[in-house]
Amino acid sequence: MTQLKVPVGPADHIEGDESARCTLVEYGDYECPHCAAAYPIVKRLQKHFGKKLRFVYRNFPLSQMHPHAESAAETAEFAASKGKFQEMHDLLFENQEQLGSGLYAKLAEDLGLDAKELQEALRAKMYQAHVRSDFTGGVRSGVNGTPTFFINGERYDDSFDYPTLMGAITAAIGESA
Amino acid sequence: MATLLTAGTAAPDFRLHVTPDQQLSLSELRGRPVVLAFYPADWSPVCGDQMALYNEILPEFQKFNAEVLGISVDGVWCHEAFAKDHKLHFPLMADFEPKGAVARAYGAYREEDGVCERALFVIDARGQIAWSYCSPIAINPGADGILDALEKLPKQEG
Repeated sequence: MTQLKVPVGPADHIEGDESARCTLVEYGDYECPHCAAAYPIVKRLQKHFGKKLRFVYRNFPLSQMHPHAESAAETAEFAASKGKFQEMHDLLFENQEQLGSGLYAKLAEDLGLDAKELQEALRAKMYQAHVRSDFTGGVRSGVNGTPTFFINGERYDDSFDYPTLMGAITAAIGESA
Repeated sequence: MATLLTAGTAAPDFRLHVTPDQQLSLSELRGRPVVLAFYPADWSPVCGDQMALYNEILPEFQKFNAEVLGISVDGVWCHEAFAKDHKLHFPLMADFEPKGAVARAYGAYREEDGVCERALFVIDARGQIAWSYCSPIAINPGADGILDALEKLPKQEG
């Protein structure tokens, strides 16, 4: 079994309780259509499992294929530095068709963030190191495309449709009981 | 599954087309590690397929001075279109005529489907296989095993 090499820690964006019996880690790319398809599925799982499930999103931008993936990831990291990661993460996936500087500025303003500051952070590549570190950690953990999920530290190779993923998480919760 | 050549075996040499007018031999790459990645076909219908993934990870391989070669039974023109579409920055080799001959030499040919297995080889600077791995055909093996194997190679001089 392929294992997550970088444990969930303070550098991560974590939704949910530390005592959750299941941790779902996603390596994703904001420009990847499959990740956009997975986004509402993860939301539904969080709703279904409540406190039993903790969700962590890490960046895996496939920049050669997706020209906006890196800038979108850095935009989310900028928002994270202002305590707005989750909001920005959601909005980026909900507006995937429009990724680009115009959208980033608009979303920043919608979230009460300074669009100029964001623009400057992107230009200076302030969050590139964080994104790169997510990416290389993912590579060493056997991330093999986007999205790649890890359930309690093990790579999940099955389909990410709702019933299949829900079944796998249910099983993981059962095992950790 | 065919039986893969394993660590400690000399990597069989081959000479194949990398572009319609250019050929490359494995032996020309002596002196640096080679990552040889057999895969079933160009144009698999997923985002971040195996070759696209290696393309993204290329800087990590280059830290080890390693050359990455993709290899499948697709012909040169198919490879050319695929590489161009995916903006691949490493060569794809056409194991096209006789079909799958190189894959067979490495124990990485899938008779029942007439394609290469998803088989990975790390070949050291002296041309010896240092690591090999065959993934289930539907599962992209990622790059963690390759990087672990490259890390374990003896440090090159100079």
